[in-house]
Amino acid sequence: MYRYDEFDHAMVKDRVEQFRGQIARRMAGDLTEEQFRPLRLQNGLYLQLHAYMLRVAIPYGQLNAVQMRKLAHIARTYDKGYGHFTTRQNIQYNWPKLSQVADILDELASVEMHAIQTSGNCIRNTTADQYAGVTADEIEDPRIYAEIIRQWSTFHPEFTFLPRKFKIAVSGAVGADRAAVRFHDIGLFIVKNDAGEVGFEVWVGGGLGRTPMIGKKIRGFVAKADLLAYLEAVLRVYNMLGRRDNMYKARVKILVHETGTEEFTRLVEKEFEDTQGGALDLPAEEIDRIAAYFQPPAYEALSDDPPALTARRFEDKDFNNWVRVNVARHKAAGYAIANISLKPVGVPPGDVTADQMDAVADIAETFSLGGIRVTHEQNLVLPDVRQDQLYDLWLALREQGLADANLDHIGDIICCPGLDYCSLANARSIPIAERISQRFADLERQYDIGELRLKISGCINACGHHHVGHIGILGVDRKDQEYYQITLGGAPGEDAAIGTKVGAAFSAAEIVDAVETVVNTYLAIRQPKERFIDTFRRVGDAPFKESLYDKAA
Amino acid sequence: MTKLLKDGKATTDPWTHVADGDDLPADGPVIVTLARWQAEHNSLAGRADGLGIRLESGQSPEAIKDDLARFAVVALEFPKFGDGRAYSHARMLKDRLGYEGEVRAVGDVLRDQYRAMHRCGFDALEIAGDRPADKLEADWRAALGELRHAYQPALRGPEPILRQRHRAAAA
Repeated sequence: MYRYDEFDHAMVKDRVEQFRGQIARRMAGDLTEEQFRPLRLQNGLYLQLHAYMLRVAIPYGQLNAVQMRKLAHIARTYDKGYGHFTTRQNIQYNWPKLSQVADILDELASVEMHAIQTSGNCIRNTTADQYAGVTADEIEDPRIYAEIIRQWSTFHPEFTFLPRKFKIAVSGAVGADRAAVRFHDIGLFIVKNDAGEVGFEVWVGGGLGRTPMIGKKIRGFVAKADLLAYLEAVLRVYNMLGRRDNMYKARVKILVHETGTEEFTRLVEKEFEDTQGGALDLPAEEIDRIAAYFQPPAYEALSDDPPALTARRFEDKDFNNWVRVNVARHKAAGYAIANISLKPVGVPPGDVTADQMDAVADIAETFSLGGIRVTHEQNLVLPDVRQDQLYDLWLALREQGLADANLDHIGDIICCPGLDYCSLANARSIPIAERISQRFADLERQYDIGELRLKISGCINACGHHHVGHIGILGVDRKDQEYYQITLGGAPGEDAAIGTKVGAAFSAAEIVDAVETVVNTYLAIRQPKERFIDTFRRVGDAPFKESLYDKAA
Repeated sequence: MTKLLKDGKATTDPWTHVADGDDLPADGPVIVTLARWQAEHNSLAGRADGLGIRLESGQSPEAIKDDLARFAVVALEFPKFGDGRAYSHARMLKDRLGYEGEVRAVGDVLRDQYRAMHRCGFDALEIAGDRPADKLEADWRAALGELRHAYQPALRGPEPILRQRHRAAAA
């Protein structure tokens, strides 16, 4: 993974001291809360419903064991003993004290981490495919470019007060999109052009929230050397023309929509004519320097499906299920990518205790060359596990309550913090997720249902990605009562789609039954081996509407 | 009282902003709005003591690109400190349009923005309030020095890290 050089260290360290000074000025009354707000937000510090919340960046979702232990230490020392992994590959602490935040940042800096630009109207943490570098279907490792973008976007003087937040995601995989690239302000796919050169396909204006939109492709190929010049052109157009009169219309997706994709593209290209070939040119030496950090480790010469694995899978049904559901193919023979589901029954999705974090760090060192990834689905990944050690890994995870075999099934719910924590929320989301996971706790039932992405947001800001859930649930406030709308047919990845609202909202008491009705309707009408989303695409929402709303008929 | 922080020095501002409805003073350097410039183009162009123009944050410098040589000052407004359009406008003036006069920030200008403004090409900042000159200058030095390095190329400020990294290799 990338390691800081003297400059990266200096940047993070200077930022901690700068922020310490800003906090002191706020406490002395030299800064008003209004003036302090964007400064603290740009360092990931929110004022939540009950307390401050600190959001720590995990650039492109990559952690090593030392960093994970530090996250555990922070949870234990400065918070209530747990952390929450978010849909943007960050981790949030829900109870830090303002007076200790600079100390927490110091701790983070000591392991090459920070909270820079995890919030605020600036370029946020750049996210990437969690299987980067270890998946076989990859043109190039997206982490290289995500790191380059991280550096370029850090304290960018021109883009610190954008109309609204700005999110960039990168994927290098062919055919699979695990990073929801089309739902970002800028989504980059690493592609190869006809001449065999590697570059980027650029999508702009995707996003969820109040007005969910799939991004628009504005360029089929940007050369590596031009990456930053092109990004800067997009950002400049957005900074100058994005709406600032209404925060709900301020994202670049609205600008693209209102300007029209063609005109927006023209403006970007015009800007790019100016930025291309100048100071922003990305030198090949810098790409090489950063790429060197992401060279694959020295894998041993092994074979796939070793007898040790096959035998264990045959003997132990639970283990076999975990391998079938949570383990993905690795590019190196004899290795595997193991997913750790952070969605056990009855626990808020994405929450991990300090002890579990420490255990994952130890497990990663023992079984995965020390590497850990965080996914936008709020799970963890051990990217480099020997197949002949999967069984021991599974036993170790099971001891920590981290061996749930429900990846991409109905128990693997994405869920925002909701009204339990968030001052924006209209409704609680965590208790709904817990009740759904309890209702579908039987794994055999989950396997019978098959792949089903269920996502819950406690308000229209859609942090729980409900629009891209096969089943989405949106919390709404109706006369001070919490109600829940169901959307169907959304998808985050290569088959990107936005779900459509199926009908009137359900009360908190009704919503779990309603989800079960949707699932049972699917089970009754599906064709052999047809996933929920494919059934929905075949039949539309009519059968679901009927079973949800026409019961009396 | 408004002070001018120019190139890190707090000075008295020789320029007068003239609002649209107000009479122009007979002499002395004045900064007028875009609307006034467009309406009174001919009479303003003849002023001997210097002319500046003030752009709202929604007014692009593209609107005055053919007249830039006539202005000794282009003042870019920050109606709220969170309205960041003028950062791009300052950069456009200096970078693309080749403007060589003074670009200044007016309006809601905060100490925590000095560094970004400086890097984007602002030469001067109008600072409201009663903070004494020496304190303002100390603020300026502190704000610029808080971060030793910068990742991206900009109009001013430290040499980008990327270039520092590879200078040795290239030499």
